[in-house]
Amino acid sequence: MEVSKKYRFGTLATEIIMVLLALVFLIPFYFLFVNSVKTFSDLLTNSASWPSSFEWHNYARAWDITNFPKAFGNSLIVTVISNVLLALFSAMSAYRMVRHNSRFNKFLFAVFVAAMVIPFQSIMIPLVKVMSSLNLMNSIPGLIVAYLGFGVPLSVFLFHGFVKSIPLEIEEAARVDGTSIYGTFFRIVLPLMKPMFVTVIILNTLWIWNDYLLPSLVLQNADLRTIPIATFAFFGQFTKQWDLALPALVLGILPVIIFFLAMQKYIVEGITQGAVKG
Amino acid sequence: MKSKKSSGLLQQLVFVGPSTIFFAIIIVIPFLLGLYYSFTNWNGVSGQVTWVGIDNFKQILTKDPDFGKAFWFTVRFTVVGIILTNLLGFFLAYFLTKPLKTRNVLRTIFFMPNVIGGLLLGFIWQFIFVKGFSALGEATGWHFFNLPWLGDATTGFWGIIMVFVWQTAGYLMVIYISSINNIPKDIIEAAEIDGASKMQILKSVIVPLVMPAVTVCLFLAISWSFKMFDLNLSLTKGGPFRSTESVALNIYNEAFQNNRYGLGTAKAIIFFVVVAIITSLQVKLTKSKEVES
Repeated sequence: MEVSKKYRFGTLATEIIMVLLALVFLIPFYFLFVNSVKTFSDLLTNSASWPSSFEWHNYARAWDITNFPKAFGNSLIVTVISNVLLALFSAMSAYRMVRHNSRFNKFLFAVFVAAMVIPFQSIMIPLVKVMSSLNLMNSIPGLIVAYLGFGVPLSVFLFHGFVKSIPLEIEEAARVDGTSIYGTFFRIVLPLMKPMFVTVIILNTLWIWNDYLLPSLVLQNADLRTIPIATFAFFGQFTKQWDLALPALVLGILPVIIFFLAMQKYIVEGITQGAVKG
Repeated sequence: MKSKKSSGLLQQLVFVGPSTIFFAIIIVIPFLLGLYYSFTNWNGVSGQVTWVGIDNFKQILTKDPDFGKAFWFTVRFTVVGIILTNLLGFFLAYFLTKPLKTRNVLRTIFFMPNVIGGLLLGFIWQFIFVKGFSALGEATGWHFFNLPWLGDATTGFWGIIMVFVWQTAGYLMVIYISSINNIPKDIIEAAEIDGASKMQILKSVIVPLVMPAVTVCLFLAISWSFKMFDLNLSLTKGGPFRSTESVALNIYNEAFQNNRYGLGTAKAIIFFVVVAIITSLQVKLTKSKEVES
């Protein structure tokens, strides 16, 4: 009895401390949202207080100036297409490499794993040259090609570990029944790989959606800007105009926050899976 | 026999071909070209590229104090950053694996900063440091909030550290939580029956058994902090007077601001070698500390 009372008090104390810590963690979001709806002078004089009036037209102006729908659309196209192709190609490669473990495939896999160590900054300078000689610069498809290249090592690595755990008997049964190797892969193996697809897509989505440096090097045209690029350009133009900058930042983070809250369970699983394998 | 062989080749092309081609174009070729350009005076614009031997490397190591400074900044940042973010991540996980009522909400909150990109986070924090801190300073009277945040080398360093830890601790927390949950309950119960205190259980049971997760988390944190770019660019741009410039930002500026591409690629190669060495050393060191559960 004594023990359980002490235990409950300890838990309650832990709970209170953790809740307070969480509030500290949330303070930046409080400042961001509260000040995004203030007038400029209100924001300068008392940035900690609750807004005295809600200036929603701050959002309308930021929406127009950043051309938000365009930037959102670009980010969406790049993220979705890169993700679909990356997951598909990586799954196919990993499957072949596990099931046909030739000397060449062993070597290729070792190269993929080694390449994961290369920092982006180590190859970005010649990358720009290679991409411009292949006419991949300043185009959305070009950017997608770049994401496919950069994403392949980790994605293949994750699928590779997963395919090893799929029992061979299922495929053998299908092959005996006369299904082709392609049919076996697409109709039988691919559905079995679903959990790893979720992991790979979650990890790649957070990476590609938030990436700044690569698109900033590839895309110059204002019409092609993704959300991080548009935000950066906007900041350069309206430094310290917080009544415009803050609503633009809220618009910029809102899609990914919504994605996170909706997919939270999968994101946590994806990170755990990716970490165990990585 | 022949048709079987050719269909095998076709399968290899269909399954492995696409990813290998993209990988070759985007990573392998630029990497090899980078090795070559690091020995030239390429300026990125003119077609003329002259072989200069190891001149670039000599210049970087002897005549470029800014690169040395950037390296030292990055090393300090990495050491402080990975210790703080791992400590915070671990303790969040330790307390959030206890039966708290608000456990799930708290996990969500601590993880949330991580889904936002470093660039936008940096801009948000610029406002916090400039306006938010001064408001908090007025409200609390604490000297801490009235420091010239991001305005000098010291506050710039700690400012970036603060945002980095805020951003990454939640991610490591998720990994530590799954690792702590994997510890068999009977081991901890046995320790409790033997009369071990909470501290003893933490130190002698939990920490040794989550060592594999520590390997992973150190690996991730080193890789994030050593390659830090977005936060650096959006918070301080390396300033004031390049006092908070990371290696990644230094390479970027060398190539795309100064247009010295040859020199930039030489720095990039040095950067790659250092990252590769640190990564392999670190994996080796922590692997030797792992305990079988």
